[in-house]
Amino acid sequence: MAHTADNIYYVPHTAKWPLIGSVGLTLLLGGFAAYLNGAAVGANLMWAGLAVMVVMLFGWFGTVVGESESGTYQSWEDKSFRIGMAWFIFSEVMFFAAFFGALFYARSLSVPWLLGEGSGATTHQFLWSAYTEFWPTNGPEDWGDSDFHMGWWPLPFINTVILLTSGLTVTWAHHGIKDGKRGPFILGLFLTVALGFLFVFLQAVEYKEAYHEGLKLTSGIYGSTFFMLTGFHGLHVTLGAIMLTVMLFRAIRGHFTPERHFAFEAAAWYWHFVDVVWLGLFLFVYIL
Amino acid sequence: MNAYTGTADEHLDHDHGDHHGPAPGYLRWVTTTNHKDIGTLYLWFSLLMFFIGGAMALIIRAELFQPGLQIVDPHFFNQMTTMHALVMIFGVVMPAFVGLANWMLPMMVGAPDMALPRMNNWSFWILPFAFALMLATLFMEGGGPAAGWTLYPPLSLQGGDSLPFVIFSIHMLGASSIMGAINIIATIMNLRAPGMTYMKMPLFVWTWFITAYLLIAVMPVLAGAVTMLLTDAFFGTSFFNAAGGGDPVMFQHIFWFFGHPEVYILILPAFGLVSEIIPTFSRKPLFGYTSMVYATSSIAFLSFIVWAHHMFTVGMPLVGELFFMFTTMLIAVPTGVKVFNWVSTMWRGAMTFETPMLFALGFVVMFTIGGFSGLMLAMTPIDFQYHDTYFVVAHFHYVLVPGAVFGIIAGVYYWLPKWTGHHYNETLGKWHFWLSTVFVNLLFFPMHFVGLAGMPRRIPDYAVQFADFNAIATLGAFGFGFAQILLLVAVVQSILGGAKATGQVWDGTEITGGLEWTLSSPPPYHSFSPQPVVK
Repeated sequence: MAHTADNIYYVPHTAKWPLIGSVGLTLLLGGFAAYLNGAAVGANLMWAGLAVMVVMLFGWFGTVVGESESGTYQSWEDKSFRIGMAWFIFSEVMFFAAFFGALFYARSLSVPWLLGEGSGATTHQFLWSAYTEFWPTNGPEDWGDSDFHMGWWPLPFINTVILLTSGLTVTWAHHGIKDGKRGPFILGLFLTVALGFLFVFLQAVEYKEAYHEGLKLTSGIYGSTFFMLTGFHGLHVTLGAIMLTVMLFRAIRGHFTPERHFAFEAAAWYWHFVDVVWLGLFLFVYIL
Repeated sequence: MNAYTGTADEHLDHDHGDHHGPAPGYLRWVTTTNHKDIGTLYLWFSLLMFFIGGAMALIIRAELFQPGLQIVDPHFFNQMTTMHALVMIFGVVMPAFVGLANWMLPMMVGAPDMALPRMNNWSFWILPFAFALMLATLFMEGGGPAAGWTLYPPLSLQGGDSLPFVIFSIHMLGASSIMGAINIIATIMNLRAPGMTYMKMPLFVWTWFITAYLLIAVMPVLAGAVTMLLTDAFFGTSFFNAAGGGDPVMFQHIFWFFGHPEVYILILPAFGLVSEIIPTFSRKPLFGYTSMVYATSSIAFLSFIVWAHHMFTVGMPLVGELFFMFTTMLIAVPTGVKVFNWVSTMWRGAMTFETPMLFALGFVVMFTIGGFSGLMLAMTPIDFQYHDTYFVVAHFHYVLVPGAVFGIIAGVYYWLPKWTGHHYNETLGKWHFWLSTVFVNLLFFPMHFVGLAGMPRRIPDYAVQFADFNAIATLGAFGFGFAQILLLVAVVQSILGGAKATGQVWDGTEITGGLEWTLSSPPPYHSFSPQPVVK
C-alpha cells in the first residue's frame, strides 16, 4: 500500500451505534448476572439486551456496508480493516489458549499430582488414596458418576472432514470473486455456509449422545475441558457461519468486486481460524 | 530529531470538507469519533475514577491508622482493598494511558485521527457502563467482591451476589481494552506520515505499540480465566476444584499469565512518557534511542515467562521456582538499560525543572526504588519471607504510584498547554509535585519496614508493634490524596485561561522535535489532513 501526503483518510463524523451497543451489552450481561443470582427480572433484561445488540450490529454493519458500496473506502482505509481483523483473530487465539492451557495443565500436572506424583504425594495419601484414574477423569470424588469419554470416531472425524472441506470451498469462493466469476463465488460461499451449519448440527448430535451416556459439563475436569473447549469452538463456528451467510446474501445482491472484497476475506480468515482451532481440538481433546 | 515540512498555520488554513468542527451540544461527547474528544473523555473518566479509588484507599488507611477495628467492619475492609485495586488498575491507569494515546498518537505520527474512529468511541463508552456494573455490587446483598482483585478461587466463589457482575464487567473492560489496543496498532502501522519509519517513531509511540500487543495477547486470557470462574460457580465445572480433578492453583497460573504482562501494560507507556519529557527539559536528544526500543521489546517478551514469581509460595516444583526466579531477574537488565539512558540523557544537559520534568525525575528515582524491591522479591527463598506482607504492597505501590501515576501526571502537565492552548500555573504545579513526592514516600516507605517485620497485607488489624509506621503511612495517604486536588485545579485553570502557549510549547522541543509541536496550541480539530512528510 502506498499513500502520499495528499491522500485524505476517511474519518466518519459521528457514531451513534457504539452507545447503543454499550446499553445492549450492559443489559445483556447485567441481566445474565441477575439471572444467575436468581432474580426474576434477569432473563427479561438479558433478552432485551440481546435484541438491542442485534439491532446495533445490523445498524453499525449496515452503515459500514453502505459506505463501502458507495466507494467511501480506498486501499488506505482497507488496510486499517485488515490490521484490525488480523489482531482481533489473534485475541481470539489467545482466548482459546487459556482453555487449552487449562487442559494441558490438568492433564500433565494437576491430575498426576492428585495421583501422588511429585509434590502431590501427601495430597494423594491423606485425601484421596483410592484415586487411580488418569485421563480422562472426572476427579477423585467421581463428579457426575460417569466415566464415559468421547472418542474421535465417528462423529468428530466426520466433523473434521466437514470443516476441512469447508476450508477448501471458501478458498474456491475466494478464487471465484478474484477471477470475477460470481457463479463459483456464490456456490462456494453457499457450500461453506452449509458445511458450517452441518458441523454445528453434528456437534449438537454429539452433545446429545454425550449427555445420554452420562458425560456432562459437570463430569469433573474432563467434562469441563471437553464441553468448554468444544462449546466455545462451536459458538465461534456459528459466528463464522453467520458472517459467511451475510457475505452470501451480499454476494447474491452483487456486492464485492474482484479487487475489493475485504469483508468476505475477513470472514474467510475467521473461518480458517476456527478450522485451525478445531484441528487443535481434534488432536488434543479427542485423539490424545 | 526529525525535520518536517509544513507549519501549523498551513494546516489550519486548509479546508478539505473533512475539517468539520465538533458537533454542537452535549451530544458531541456521546457520538464523537474525534481522537481528541475521546482522549479527553478517557482522561476525565480516569481522573474521576482516581478520586473514587483514592477515597477507597483512604478508607483502608483510616482503618489502619491505629491497631484494632474502629471504622469499618472487616468484610467491608476486604471489599475496599479489592475494589481499590480494580478501580485503580482498570479505571485509572489503563484509561489514562489510552486517553494520552488517543490525544497524542495521531499527532505524533502525523495522522488525521485514529485508524478506526467509530470503534474508538465504543472503546471509551464501554468503560462507564462496565464500572457501573462493578461499583453497583457494593450495594448488593453480600457487598462487593472481597477476595482481592486477583479473584483467587475458592475464596472468590464464596462471596455474595457480586461475582457474576464483577466477572461480566471484567469481560466488558477486556473488550474495551482489546478494541483500544487494536485501534492503536492500526493507527501506528497504517497512519504514520510518509517518511516516518518505525525507527523514527517517538518513544511514546513505540512503548504504546508494544503495550497494545501485550493487551491483545493477555486480556483474552483474563477473560478465559474469569469465564472458568463463572462456570465453576454457576454451571458445575471443576476447573479449580480438586475433587473434580481440577486445581485452584491452575487459576493462579492462568490469572498471572495475564497478570504479569498486565503490570508492564501499566508501566511501559509511562516509560515512553518519561522518554519524551526528559530530553525536552534536558535540551538533548534521547540517549540510546535504539536501545530503548529493544529494551522495551525485551521487557515485553520476558513478561510472558515470569508469571509464577507471583506464586513462589504456592508449592511449585523446584525447577519451576528456579526458572521463574532467573527469568524475573533477567528483566532487571533491559530495565537497567532504560534507567541508564534516562540518566545519560540528562548528563551535561541544559536542564530546567518545570513541573513535567519534576514528575519525570521523581518517576526515575522512585520507580527505581520499586524496581530494586522487585529484585528482592524475585529471589525465591527471600520471597518465602516477604510473600503477602506489606513489603509487597510497598513494592508494587512504588512502581504504580510514583511510577505509573507520576508518569501520567508528568504527561498531563507536559501536554496540557498543547491541549488547552494555555500554560498551567507553574507554581501550583510545583506545589503539586513536592507535596505529592513528600507524602507518597511518607505513605509507602514505612510499608517496607512493617512488611519486613512481618505485617501481612489485606488485614484490617495488626499487632501493636506496627502502630507507629502505620500511623505515618496514613498521614502520608491523606496528604497525598488531598494534594491531588491541586492537579484538578491546575487542569481546570489551564482550560479556563492563562498564558498563551505557542505551538512548540517548550523551548526544548526545538531540539527534540516531534510532529505534535508543529501544530498550533490548541491543535485543529482534525490533526493532520493531509499528512506532513517526514524527512
